[in-house]
Amino acid sequence: MKNVKSKRGWKLTSIALGSTLMVGAMAIEVIAKDWGSHEVDGRRSGYTYMTDETRAVQDDNFENPGMLWVENGEALWSKAGANGKSCASCHADPEKDMKGVMPAYPKFDKRTGKMISLEQMVNRELVEKMGEKAEKFDSKKMLSLMTYIGNISKGMPVNVKIDGPAKPFFEKGKAFYYQRRGQLDLACSNCHEDNPGKQIRANTLSEGQINGFPTYRLKWQKPGSVHRRFRGCNKNVRAKPYKAGSDEYVNLELFVKWHGRGLPVETPAVRN
Amino acid sequence: MQMRKTTLIAGVLAVASMIGTQSAFSASHMKKYTIENDAINTSLTGKPGDAAKGRKLAVNRKKGNCLACHVISDLKDQPFHGNVGPSLDGVADRYTEGELRLRVVNPKFFHSGSIMPAFYKKSGLNRVIKKFKDKTILTAQEVEDVVAYLKTLK
Ligand code: HEC
Ligand code: HEC
Ligand code: HEC
Repeated sequence: MKNVKSKRGWKLTSIALGSTLMVGAMAIEVIAKDWGSHEVDGRRSGYTYMTDETRAVQDDNFENPGMLWVENGEALWSKAGANGKSCASCHADPEKDMKGVMPAYPKFDKRTGKMISLEQMVNRELVEKMGEKAEKFDSKKMLSLMTYIGNISKGMPVNVKIDGPAKPFFEKGKAFYYQRRGQLDLACSNCHEDNPGKQIRANTLSEGQINGFPTYRLKWQKPGSVHRRFRGCNKNVRAKPYKAGSDEYVNLELFVKWHGRGLPVETPAVRN
Repeated sequence: MQMRKTTLIAGVLAVASMIGTQSAFSASHMKKYTIENDAINTSLTGKPGDAAKGRKLAVNRKKGNCLACHVISDLKDQPFHGNVGPSLDGVADRYTEGELRLRVVNPKFFHSGSIMPAFYKKSGLNRVIKKFKDKTILTAQEVEDVVAYLKTLK
């Protein structure tokens, strides 16, 4: 059982503010919480914006309802497809073979000449190597496999490649992130970069990181994919969403994943 | 002359379709207003607003939803006030009616990077979902109602 429950405590940090406008320097003491591995160079996992209760549910492998989906994915691993082969036929040691996979996707795909998300890669395996049909991103089977593959890399730092052939796709994802859209005319950055920690009505805004996906949503009683979340955030500003698996969202996913570079994989994270 | 005009319109259309906005021509049913000294000094509809209606609009999540981003102590019967923007308590002491109206109509006039939506604007927007396409968030009269409500926040 892998449990990366981090040691958390309170630390007192003092920040010295020097300014030419101020006479001398003023020292203010702020209480900053030490988030351990959930914070990297000032970037904080969505975990740190949750309530203590929700965090406790995520941290406890027996209480975390996402763990049932991990188990389901593990069971599916050795379930034979139409051609008699299962994932296990070729990836006999998933704990080893799939380690580091989640943190590295989306990846540049030579075959299509564009980025491929992990769901799309899993679909390729299902179709081409097992004679199965492609799954929707939020189908039970896909979410189970994704949660299982993600959980194998739990604790590993998110680390996508954005240079070389990935560069133009990264730039597209970045442009999407900063583009205002919808009747409310808001960009992802307006909420998740400019205002994390603030309340927007009943919600505490986080940095919109994706290191915990698929995240288990308590209000849905099931996990949700990254692209479902993107669709939700687009619809909330009254913007036309894209389809799960669209090039736009895969590129956006690449940018958002890089935005949270170094944060640990927390699949399955628990969210309200 | 004729040539140049045509080119200009084609140019506008190309840009509009490129960024997926509705065309700039849909602004035709909008009430006209003039900005003078950082304010819109006359009612958009020529009629005064209804503060009681404005109070409801400020709460309504499908309408003003001002509470999403602002604390308003007068509405403390409502749960969950956001704090993305400043408290609106005493806002009528800080601004004139005309200044408040412009802030509701288009806060980006003051600060282009503002997160606050322009409540009376429908052009220059990107990928608006069909249901809300070519519509302003608030109608002209609703803007007046909200302004009337803001004027009570002293
Ligand atoms: C017939 C053998 C075979 C089967 C069955 C198979 N795979 Fe694969 N898989 C491979 C091979 C070989 C590779 C590496 C080369 C490639 O990309 O095709 C691979 C690559 C992958 C990758 C990419 C890893 C990376 O580092 O980017 C993932 C993810 C994956 N498989 C998941 C699965 C899953 C999930 C299943 C079951 C639904 C499955 N595979 C079934 C042979 C198989
Ligand atoms: C109006 C503000 C707003 C905008 C704009 C917005 N979001 Fe969100 N987003 C939220 C809220 C509220 C939540 C739920 C609380 C939280 O995690 O911030 C959320 C959650 C998320 C999450 C889940 C984070 C986690 O840890 O589970 C992701 C990912 C995300 N948003 C990405 C995006 C992206 C990408 C965009 C742009 C396409 C976007 N958001 C635009 C408000 C917004
Ligand atoms: C998405 C967040 C958001 C929403 C929704 C929002 N505002 Fe704002 N508002 C802000 C921010 C942020 C400011 C600070 C100035 C700026 O950045 O434009 C502001 C400033 C203001 C001000 C000027 C306050 C001052 O003291 O300078 C007024 C008045 C105001 N808003 C009224 C409203 C009304 C009325 C509504 C609802 C119809 C509303 N706002 C909805 C974010 C919001």
